[in-house]
Amino acid sequence: MAVRLRVNPITCAGHGLCAELLPERVTLDEWHYPVVSGEPVPPELEPLARRAVTDCPALALLLERAR
Amino acid sequence: MTSATTMAWPAPAVNESPGLPRLLPPGALDLDGHVQAYGALCYSGAPRELIEEIRVAGLTGRGGAGFPAAVKMTAVADRRGRPVVVGNGAEGEPASHKDRHLLWLAPHLVLDGLQLAAEAVGARRAYLYVHGHDWLLRGLGHALAERSAARWDRIAVEIVAAPPRFLAGEESALASRVGGGLALPTFKRPPVFERGVGGAPTLVQNVETLAHMALIARFGAAWFRQVGTAAEPGSMLVTAHRADGDSLVSEVPIGAPLAAVLDLGRQPVQAVLAGGYHGAWIPAAQAAALPLANAALRQAGASLGAGVLAALPADRCGLAETAGVLRYLAAESAGQCGPCLNGLPRIAAAFSALSRPGAGRRYLADLERWSGLVAGRGACHHPDGTVRLVRSALAVFSDELEWHLAGRCTAEPPAGDLGSAGEPGLAAVPFLPLPAGDSGSLMPAPPRHGWR
Repeated sequence: MAVRLRVNPITCAGHGLCAELLPERVTLDEWHYPVVSGEPVPPELEPLARRAVTDCPALALLLERAR
Repeated sequence: MTSATTMAWPAPAVNESPGLPRLLPPGALDLDGHVQAYGALCYSGAPRELIEEIRVAGLTGRGGAGFPAAVKMTAVADRRGRPVVVGNGAEGEPASHKDRHLLWLAPHLVLDGLQLAAEAVGARRAYLYVHGHDWLLRGLGHALAERSAARWDRIAVEIVAAPPRFLAGEESALASRVGGGLALPTFKRPPVFERGVGGAPTLVQNVETLAHMALIARFGAAWFRQVGTAAEPGSMLVTAHRADGDSLVSEVPIGAPLAAVLDLGRQPVQAVLAGGYHGAWIPAAQAAALPLANAALRQAGASLGAGVLAALPADRCGLAETAGVLRYLAAESAGQCGPCLNGLPRIAAAFSALSRPGAGRRYLADLERWSGLVAGRGACHHPDGTVRLVRSALAVFSDELEWHLAGRCTAEPPAGDLGSAGEPGLAAVPFLPLPAGDSGSLMPAPPRHGWR
């Protein structure tokens, strides 16, 4: 089951941990808020993606099924 | 800019289609007048029956998004749990007057629609969400009391006041406010139709959409389709800001010539703003040939939105006008999402710089980068709508932009008359209506009609 990352822009406070853990899918904009790629997360990156989700201090990162 | 909108009866020449206006009586109708004008409210007698009629009618939402009403109703009716229905009359857009106009003139049409929508989706709770202006709340309270005395309604309707903010009528902000929270957009997962007010499946329909439903229930889908186009049937309310400074609410068949609705040709116009402040500019020559329908407007990069149209006179600076609107939109950001909070004020500031003659070209690069950074990154569509306005203004006013970069504004008032801002290009009073600091001024005086 392919998954992709999504950020809840309201709860996101711009801590930036996600971009450090998963630079392949998340970069930071000039205000230090994450720009999350909507591409499916490949299986080899899934463990890191899950860690980014659980480690987000604002619980603003979600993994959802890619449609 | 006239604050109170005017309505002619019979309506102006654009309304030559038979039976228009349908929604706007010449004066406010009480319950007796309403029954005389439209006939008694007829419940279908069974849930979902009206949904099929609305589907055949092809009614779309009149709040801006233009989503098919029957699809939304079916989605709500299909959910498990007792749904809630909310009539959305929050009209935060400073340039739009049509919802309050309708609520003043034909409150019972809207309230009939609310009852019928509730019956169709099986709701037992209904709300009317409107800006908390005294004259409007009094009028609606009076209408509800009349209905209560006549035992007209099957379920009670609660009026909820919306704060006078641009985003107060956004669907998730509405669900939050009606549920007792703040009128701020939320992260819509799951969507409002699935989990809205108090966690219940929630049907949100614009008040004009509800009024159309009340008429479709009476006269049927075929009657509804007698005006409009095959793809976009029916009539719609528009708030038209004409180049001579006159603003009026009128009801027009979808597909009516835009030039007639805005009375183009009477005086020089350089561009038309279609769809309000989340809408887009169209060059006047192109706009003059367009019918008022999404099929045509979308090809011009615009849409009907909630029916706001403005014809910018040739002697106004489109960049300065847009800059004013952008500053307003930036201030109206709910400030919840980082990209919107950071991006919109910067976009507004850069655009304001470009709206003054002699600005550096670097602001253009900033604008383009920031526009790309905010689009699609908010919980609601506020950044997307703002960027749409920015991009259309830069495209439509590109010649003027070159003049500004070269140090001149072609709309500059004669030497010595620098306007209140003391800067060339900025007229003392902007053409496009904006609340003057105090948010209370979002609500003008009631339309010039009394209770009969």
